[in-house]
Amino acid sequence: MQLKQLSVFLENRTGRLAEVTRTLGDAGVNIRALSVADTSDFGILRLLVDKPKDAVEALNSVGLTVRLTEVVAVEIVDRPGGLATVLSLLQGSSINVEYMYAFMERHRENAILVFRFENPQKAITILQEANIKVFAAEELVEM
Amino acid sequence: MIFNPEMECMDPAVRRELQSERLRNQIRRVYERVAPYRKKMDDAGITPDDIHSIDDLSQLPFTNKTDLRDSYPFGMFAEPMKNVVRVHSSSGTTGKPTVVGYTHFDIHEVWAEVMARTLACANGGPEDMVHVAYGYGMFTGGLGAHYGAERLGATVLPVSGGNTKRQIMIMQDFGSTILACTPSYSLYIADVCREMGIDPRSLPLKSAIMGAEPWTVEMRAKIEETFDILAVDIYGLSEIIGPGVASECAEKCGLHINEDHFYPEIINPQTDQPASDGERGELVITCLTKEALPLIRYRTHDVSRFLRDSCACGRTLVRMERVSGRTDDMLIIRGVNVFPSQIESVLVSVEGIEPHYEIVVSRSGSLDEIEIRVEVSEEIFSDEVRGLEGLRKRISHEIESVLGLTATIKLVEPKSIARSEGKAKRVIDNRNK
Repeated sequence: MQLKQLSVFLENRTGRLAEVTRTLGDAGVNIRALSVADTSDFGILRLLVDKPKDAVEALNSVGLTVRLTEVVAVEIVDRPGGLATVLSLLQGSSINVEYMYAFMERHRENAILVFRFENPQKAITILQEANIKVFAAEELVEM
Repeated sequence: MIFNPEMECMDPAVRRELQSERLRNQIRRVYERVAPYRKKMDDAGITPDDIHSIDDLSQLPFTNKTDLRDSYPFGMFAEPMKNVVRVHSSSGTTGKPTVVGYTHFDIHEVWAEVMARTLACANGGPEDMVHVAYGYGMFTGGLGAHYGAERLGATVLPVSGGNTKRQIMIMQDFGSTILACTPSYSLYIADVCREMGIDPRSLPLKSAIMGAEPWTVEMRAKIEETFDILAVDIYGLSEIIGPGVASECAEKCGLHINEDHFYPEIINPQTDQPASDGERGELVITCLTKEALPLIRYRTHDVSRFLRDSCACGRTLVRMERVSGRTDDMLIIRGVNVFPSQIESVLVSVEGIEPHYEIVVSRSGSLDEIEIRVEVSEEIFSDEVRGLEGLRKRISHEIESVLGLTATIKLVEPKSIARSEGKAKRVIDNRNK
C-alpha cells in the first residue's frame, strides 16, 4: 500500500521549479501531488506522479538527484476535524509523521493526505484497522 | 617490480658520492654555459671550485620561476638549439608560458628512465597496456608517460585527454591495464561510465599513475574503490622534467624521489634555510644529470617533507610526503593558513561525500568569508530538510574543528560545479576583484 514518492534536490534559484516540471511534462509524466520543503539555499521537491520510473529517468537525464521514498496516501472526509481524527489515531499509537501534504480528489468530496512515516507498515495496519482508506499505487494512477 | 634496481636500491652512501660527482660537473657546466647562472654565482661570490660535494649545495643561489620568465624563451638553456630535440611549455596562467627544453639524452636517458621506474612502481611491466589520458602537446604529461611506457616495454595507448566515451570504449576493447591521468579526470571517467551503464570496476584496469594536481589520501581511497585498482601518486613539474621526479610505490607511503637525477632539499620558505629533517617546508630541486635545462636549486613552491625510514619495497631512494599544499596558492583566511587539500580531507571524511566541491573566498567589509559548495550526490541526499541541514552542520562543524575556521557550507545540485578534463580548479578567490 506504499506509494513511490520522488524527492528531488533543487537549488533555491529562479526558474528551477519551472525547468523541472517542464522536464516531466516533456517526458509525458503527470503530476498527481506536489509539495516543496525549502530553506534559504535549497529545496526538496516531493512529487507523486503517474509514471515514477519514467519520471526518475527524465530527471536523472538532466542531472538531478532523485530519491524514491515510500509514502502512504490516505483518504479523509473533507470536513472540519477530518485530519484531526486521523492524526489522533496515529498519535495514540506513537506513530511519528516525518512530514505530510494534502491534495483534493477530483471527483469526490474527499481530501487525500500524503504521509511520510518512520514506520510506514505499522501506520498502514493501524489506519486500515480504523477503516481509513489507504490508496494503492494503481488507484493513484487512475485518479 | 623495480625497473632499475642498481640505481633505485643503491647504498645511500654510494649514491651520495655519485650525486656529489654529478653536482660538481653540473655546476661547472652551468657556470660556463648559462649566462644567468654565471651572474648569480658571481654575485654570490661562488665559483665552481667551491662546490666539492652535495654538502656545498646550500651555498648556491636559488632559481625561481621568474628567472625562467626573464630569460624567455630559451635563455636558461645550457645547450645550443641544434642539440635540443624537444621543447615543452607550461600553460602559464600568469603571463608568458614557462619554456623547457630536452636533449636526446634528457628524453631517453633521464625522462624515459624515470617514467619507466614510475610505471614499475604501479606494478607495471612489459605485458601491460598503458592508457595515457594525460594531454599530449606542449604539456609534459602525455609524452612523459608515453616514453616511460615504451622504455618499460609496455604497449602504449596514446589516447590523450578528452572524448571520455571513446576513452572508456578503448579501455574495454583494447584492455587498458594502467591508466595515466589526473585524479579528477578519473572521477569524471567514472561518472561517464555510470551514465553509460558501465560499472567502473568492470574495466580491465589494475593500476593508475596519477598526478599533475593536488589530491588527498581520501580521494585516492575513493578512486581505488571506484575502479578496484591501485592508484599511486606521482610528482613532477615541467621545469625539472615533467612527470617522473618522484612516485609512490605499491606500499603507498610517500613518493620515492629519483634523487640520482633530481637532488631534493626541503627549506623553510620564510627563512630560505634548510628545514630540519622531517620538517615540512618547500621542496627545492637540483637537476644533476639534465643537459638542456639543468636548473639548480629550483623553488617548486610545493610543500612536503622527507620520510627517511626504510620502505618495504626495497628502494633506498628518499621519500617525500604527498604534497600537502603550495607556498604560493595557500589561502590565508582571517589569518588562518588553509590549503584546499585540507578542506577536501574534511569533506571526504564526512561520510559519503564525493569530492566534488568548490571553495569561494570573498571579502565583506574587512572580513574574509569562505563558502564551500558541495554537490549533493544520490548517496547523501535526504528527502527530509533536517537530514540535509544535519549534513551541512556536520561539515561546518568538522571544518571548524579541523581548520579553526567558520565556513558557510552551501549544498548545490549535482554536476553544477564545473568538471575539468585537466587540472581541477577548486578555489575561486574574489577578494582582489
